[in-house]
Amino acid sequence: MAFRHSYFYAVFWQRFKRNRLAMAGATVVALLFLLSLSASFLAPYDPNSINAWSVLSPPSRQHWFGTDELGRDVLSRIMYGARISLKVGFVAVGIAVSIGTVVGLVSGYYSGLADAALMRFVDIMLCFPAFFLILAVITIREPSIWNIMIVIGLTGWMGVARLVRAETLSIREMDYILAARCIGCSDARIIFRHILPNAISPVLVSASLGVAGAILTESALSFLGIGVLPPTPSWGNILTSGKDFIEFAWWLSLFPGLSILITVLAYNLLGEGIRDALDPRVKR
Amino acid sequence: MARYIIQRILMLIPLMLGITLITFTVIHLAPGEPVEMQVAMNPKVGKEARERLRKFYGLDKPLHEQYVTWVGKLARLDLGRSFSSDNRPVVDKIKERLPVTISLNIIALLLEFGLAIPIGIMAATHRDTWLDKGITVFVFVGFAVPTFWLALLLMYFFGVKLNLLPISGLHSLGSANFGTVQYLWDLAKHLIMPVMVASFGSLAGLSRYMRSTMLNVIGQDYITTARAKGLSERTVIYKHALRNALLPLITLLGFSIPGLIGGSVIFETIFAIPGMGQLFYQGAMSRDYPVVMGILVIGAFLTLIGNLVADVSYALADPRIRQGGG
Repeated sequence: MAFRHSYFYAVFWQRFKRNRLAMAGATVVALLFLLSLSASFLAPYDPNSINAWSVLSPPSRQHWFGTDELGRDVLSRIMYGARISLKVGFVAVGIAVSIGTVVGLVSGYYSGLADAALMRFVDIMLCFPAFFLILAVITIREPSIWNIMIVIGLTGWMGVARLVRAETLSIREMDYILAARCIGCSDARIIFRHILPNAISPVLVSASLGVAGAILTESALSFLGIGVLPPTPSWGNILTSGKDFIEFAWWLSLFPGLSILITVLAYNLLGEGIRDALDPRVKR
Repeated sequence: MARYIIQRILMLIPLMLGITLITFTVIHLAPGEPVEMQVAMNPKVGKEARERLRKFYGLDKPLHEQYVTWVGKLARLDLGRSFSSDNRPVVDKIKERLPVTISLNIIALLLEFGLAIPIGIMAATHRDTWLDKGITVFVFVGFAVPTFWLALLLMYFFGVKLNLLPISGLHSLGSANFGTVQYLWDLAKHLIMPVMVASFGSLAGLSRYMRSTMLNVIGQDYITTARAKGLSERTVIYKHALRNALLPLITLLGFSIPGLIGGSVIFETIFAIPGMGQLFYQGAMSRDYPVVMGILVIGAFLTLIGNLVADVSYALADPRIRQGGG
């Protein structure tokens, strides 16, 4: 079994490695991790230190990305903002993937009434404009980074559920599952030990794309003033000042936006790369 | 066909009930009561008055009774009155705002499809050339651009730097006195940036999708046959392939409705456009529960109906389904 797994990953890695765009995405993602982990050493200034003498100063040798309306260094704030983005991205997607996987497995394995009920629930959830639902819940419970992560997770699991259900439906019919049932494995063991590992790889793709989506949503919420609240720096709330001072300070709008763009692009490329590497029909 | 449509319409009922149930649950997750919000600002409201308000909104009854009352009113299109100071019926508020959002989104959709279809076809017919690669890069960047940031950049260039376009609202001051042509020109200028922002979001995904369905169709046998007959590449692509490649887009149209409605919050807030998105944002910020519940339900219903229309038109457009599903 161990041999089979390592073989699978070796083939996967070989295919993934040859995809230059995917590798670029993976590299950027890795760099972002390093950057946010070491923000406290690398950042040139304290992200919250206010300096009345250098308010809204344009990019210069002292402040590469300029300063904001309170004289705080934009580069340092963006570096600390990377932490927030990654945290939100991963926790939200973690929640979405866990719910989606469990719903998909149960729905696909048991079929019948449970399946019908769960899938109708998925249909209903998909009818809501997700951004409305997120906005409603966050304003009702008060905005905080934890609420954002939970709500983005709770509104983003439906795609994963459908995906895992489809995989489970086909895996369920395979001979080795029948064999497992014959030797008396419990349902739980069959689902989690035998079906889950084989149904999980397509979830990696949606997870990677999901992180990108969650980062976009968080930044939009913070931009609207209902996400991560100042003074905690987040890419979205730096852009709020960018909007307020758009006539005098283009750097406040340009750099955080570019950070979002590059990060989201990297996760999308990574996700597409994983998809291509997993898909036997794609030849490289 | 008629049976299929009736079946689909009957299927809507449980889904609609589900929508109302989720909306109701979401709103009642709130800590404290809606009335608190309304009276918290006013220290003069005594205990008695508070009780009367609770009674007035039916909040003294158990939750399931409140739900039944609410759904009953909803069925008669009564969404209650807004908590805001104007205290108007929510239905009236939505009625005023909905046409703005819908017409903006329709213009955006037309633009999106108008651009995405040719882009997708070009990418598919020039597969693996520089053109295709260039389009792919554009698509990936398009996926990653936050729409509110795009709105900011446009505002900076066209509004602040070049001073060409107005950056907020739908009309200039004093537009009531403009002649028809001037009035429309003014409106058009106000719409350019919001429409660009609204359509850009899904342009990338749509052209990517168009490329892949087109590639799918081009690979089929009947296209090879058409080419073998000696038809020009133009005829093959635009007469034979395009029709089949366009079919799946109908379904996509239905799917894109929640995204469009949800996206309207962002560009309506940024450009100060008086539509549903802005109403929802203001309602949520001031905890105006009747407005929030009303828009949530109506937004989800619109999606349901959109999906139904998309499925039915798909069945009408595709003879394979029309005859098979009968």
